[in-house]
Amino acid sequence: MRLALTLLWRDWRAGELRVLALALVLAVASVTSVGFFADRLQQALTGEAHQLLGGDVVLVADHAWPQNVRDEMATRRLQVAEAMTFTSMARTAKEAQLVAVKAVSGGYPLRGKLRITLAAGAPDATTDALPAAGEVWVDERLAGAFAVAVGDILELGNSKLKVSAILTLEPDRGTSFFNFAPRLMMRLDDVAATGLIQNGSRVSYQMLAAGERADAQSFEQWMTPRIGRGETLQSLTHARPEIRGTLDRAAQFVNLAAMLAVVLAAVAIALGTQFYIKRHLDGYAVMRCLGATQPRLLKLLASEFAALGVMASLIGALCGYAGQAVIVWLIGDLIQVPLPQPGLLPALQGCAVGVVMLLGFAMPPLLQLGNVPALRVLRRDLGPPRQSALFAYGVGLAAFAGLVIWQADEVRLGAIVFGGFCAAFAVFGIVAWTALRLLGRSKGATGLTWRFGLANLGRRAKANTVQVLALAIGLTTILLLTFTRGDLLATWQSQIPPEAPNRFIIGIQPDQREPLLDFFATSGLPKPESYPMVRGRYVALNGQAVNSEGFDDRARRLVEREFNLSYMNELPAYNQLSAGRGFNAADNTRGGLSVEEGIAKTLGWKLGDTLTWQVGGEDFSAPIVSIRKLDWDSMRVNFFVIATPALLGKAATSYISSFYLPAAKASFTQQLSQRFPNVTVVDMSALLKQAQDLVAEVVRAVQFIFLFAVASGVLVLYASLLATRDERVREAAVMRALGASRKQVLASQRAEFAVLGLLAGLLAAVGATAIGWLIAQKVFQFPYHINHWVWLAGPLLGLGCLGVNLRAAARAVLGTPPLAALRDA
Amino acid sequence: MNNPSPIVTASGLSKSVANGAQPLAILQDIGLAVMPGEAVAIVGASGSGKSTLLGLLAGLDVPSSGSVTLAGQELFALDEDGRAALRAKLLGFVFQSFQLLPSLNALENVMLPLELAGVAGAHTAAEAMLRRVGLGERLHHYPKTLSGGEQQRVALARAFVINPQLLMADEPTGNLDAATGADVINLLFELNTERGTTLILVTHDDGLAHRCNRIIRLAGGRVV
Repeated sequence: MRLALTLLWRDWRAGELRVLALALVLAVASVTSVGFFADRLQQALTGEAHQLLGGDVVLVADHAWPQNVRDEMATRRLQVAEAMTFTSMARTAKEAQLVAVKAVSGGYPLRGKLRITLAAGAPDATTDALPAAGEVWVDERLAGAFAVAVGDILELGNSKLKVSAILTLEPDRGTSFFNFAPRLMMRLDDVAATGLIQNGSRVSYQMLAAGERADAQSFEQWMTPRIGRGETLQSLTHARPEIRGTLDRAAQFVNLAAMLAVVLAAVAIALGTQFYIKRHLDGYAVMRCLGATQPRLLKLLASEFAALGVMASLIGALCGYAGQAVIVWLIGDLIQVPLPQPGLLPALQGCAVGVVMLLGFAMPPLLQLGNVPALRVLRRDLGPPRQSALFAYGVGLAAFAGLVIWQADEVRLGAIVFGGFCAAFAVFGIVAWTALRLLGRSKGATGLTWRFGLANLGRRAKANTVQVLALAIGLTTILLLTFTRGDLLATWQSQIPPEAPNRFIIGIQPDQREPLLDFFATSGLPKPESYPMVRGRYVALNGQAVNSEGFDDRARRLVEREFNLSYMNELPAYNQLSAGRGFNAADNTRGGLSVEEGIAKTLGWKLGDTLTWQVGGEDFSAPIVSIRKLDWDSMRVNFFVIATPALLGKAATSYISSFYLPAAKASFTQQLSQRFPNVTVVDMSALLKQAQDLVAEVVRAVQFIFLFAVASGVLVLYASLLATRDERVREAAVMRALGASRKQVLASQRAEFAVLGLLAGLLAAVGATAIGWLIAQKVFQFPYHINHWVWLAGPLLGLGCLGVNLRAAARAVLGTPPLAALRDA
Repeated sequence: MNNPSPIVTASGLSKSVANGAQPLAILQDIGLAVMPGEAVAIVGASGSGKSTLLGLLAGLDVPSSGSVTLAGQELFALDEDGRAALRAKLLGFVFQSFQLLPSLNALENVMLPLELAGVAGAHTAAEAMLRRVGLGERLHHYPKTLSGGEQQRVALARAFVINPQLLMADEPTGNLDAATGADVINLLFELNTERGTTLILVTHDDGLAHRCNRIIRLAGGRVV
């Protein structure tokens, strides 16, 4: 091992391991920065799970919990607290704002502490208190949005409540990416006076329990079999699945972004290894001649590279630690829990990635060095037996596929991503290789330098293809995140008609419907459409009771919660039928349903199926007579399921409406809330902006991770330059020996690199446009307008990157005296 | 007094390579014996098979037929690694193109065979050897900063540092000018005599060959 370390140090000093080491550092840093970040989140979610729940066992339902549950908690000597959450409008004298109200009983939270302060931005402290009767606490966002301070009055429904503190931390707020509305916390006892809880109000009722571990467990055991539809039990053993789900998916996504750096680093490792082998063929032949046996050489090589792998991985892990701090800083707003320090596991996983990369992409070709014939010392034309590329990189590809699947944490997704990488590499590679061969053969080039430069493109087609490939993939990510992302957003926004509704009103009670529509007229606004809305639960398909077990996550959530159903004689004109027909007189008599295409697909509904729904404790069944396609971007009121009036007309109904509010009439929202305190006005443009801001934060994190990929891409460029450096130096020496000037030598190199840069840039522009088109067509389903700037930016960036390479190449070829280059040849 | 046994013997040694349908004979039926302490020159024109013979005697290549014994050990009864182990114990090498490792300085190049053999005190021994060949001031210089003559001296130091019983030299002055070549050869014979090493030297230079005790001439792959 000592000799291996000595050899490692000597190779390092000679500069022959730098590409390999840097590639490993980048790959490990990329993976560990995400790993550390995910670990901190995970720890925050599991380590302090009871704090995140606010109790040891938390029951959540879309209806109030019955008394016997409270009794069971009491008999087990558990402390109990209750909470209700719902969205509503809060008002000041000047404006109205959507808020997420949390009304809590004494004792809340049973685990963890609230933190409050008396002025926004001032130091906060933990508290055991709660808002007093008639008082509310608001979070910093709400204080900012309303410009309210402690002591100000807010109106909520029919109540006037005094702001008595700014809430800075609520342990069980969760780490959802979509906590749209700011928080308002109040006493549970004050809710009734607000008059906000009416028909159609979407309220979440929570019962929190905490106590001795055995008591909590015994209650959990009692409660678990009694959990019904629309109810969930959360405990230390059943942590909040929706939070987990969101974060896991985000982590999965960012993890896969990190794999792009790994794949490019793998290419750099493979190239760096080729360079190392070329440089060491003679050395290993001499060592064999000096009596080193093949196993000895292989052991030395393996030890040397294992030591390199461990050291580079450790440095990579340290860089990853710094990287995760940047991610936390970039998307800190999304995380509303304090993050503990990360554990060592991500570092170990990162090191494992480093070792796997080295074993996969460096070791198989390196093993060739052990096979160098000793006779090479006498006959330099002898090299190691040629290895098949399949053996050399088959191991690496298999290792990489394993890594991707591991990072994706799901075989199917991992396989898709791996296949995507392979397909992108294959397509870019084939196009680049063909173009280079064709250019190499083009005889039309005039002038010696261009002819020589173009001929080199074809002659070094393999090495040049790798350069084009690496650069094109790096540039595609850059173009995607700059031009294409902006284009997609702009196209999407342009799809929304300028006067599309931008406000929704929900919770309109039947007796308020006419006065509310009149209120529009008296305020000089057109009367909006309004639709009845009934809460109902999906219970059976063709007579078979629905069991949520068999569904995937999204479908399960849909099945478990209550649906908003509507009823009408005729389907809205803006709904497009994709199967079946509109309601007719017969349907109106015997009952019929119209369902949305997407949800029908998710839940396996077909035309003619009979669905059974439970509304207000009573069931009704009806067949599906039509399937509708909805344009969600229209911002109009849309329903997944519409029934004929006879089916739902007698159920407890509220109304929903949407309207366009011009900016000049912004105060209308406040007036409407004042006049109808129980209705909720949702400002869609504000929500969209918030969603865009949140997405922008995630994109920033992905962009940061892509920096590792870009750095790896640059490293591939450098490595491929190194791989051809000796050849370039010799060629330049021959040219100069034959009388070429330095300028001519440089010009032929410039011609070669210019074509490579342009080709890579063009491929990247095609790649970014193709991905943009795919996203537009498949994900957002709108026509994609190509951004013509991409065609300029791609080639320019390509030229810029290879310009850097040209400088390095020029230094090498012109920095070596021709005589020295020819003597070494 | 007993006659010592030869350190190297070759008998019936032939080497041919495939050349289309007809095999091309490079060496045919070579027999020779080299006694301990003897200096033998193998001479011949380009393509006469000198380097191939040297490669076979060192076990760097395998013959088409025939055998070689090295210090009593049948060389081709051993596998590749067995032959390497035997070389490590017995042989020193000097090449026409020096074959110094470019990433190692002079001292490290000389230390390398000792390090491979796991010998303690490699640094001291290598430094002493380099001083002996007159490169005490050049210990930390890299091959590319040394002249051809200096590089071949480093190669000599590397060959002698393990005190080999047998030194094989392949055109050791082939890449050097006459004066520098003469200096290097003087040094080689001095070291050879000092240490009582057996020398097998391949050259096409008759003057150099005549400094050896015996000359084996090759022509068309045969001893003539």
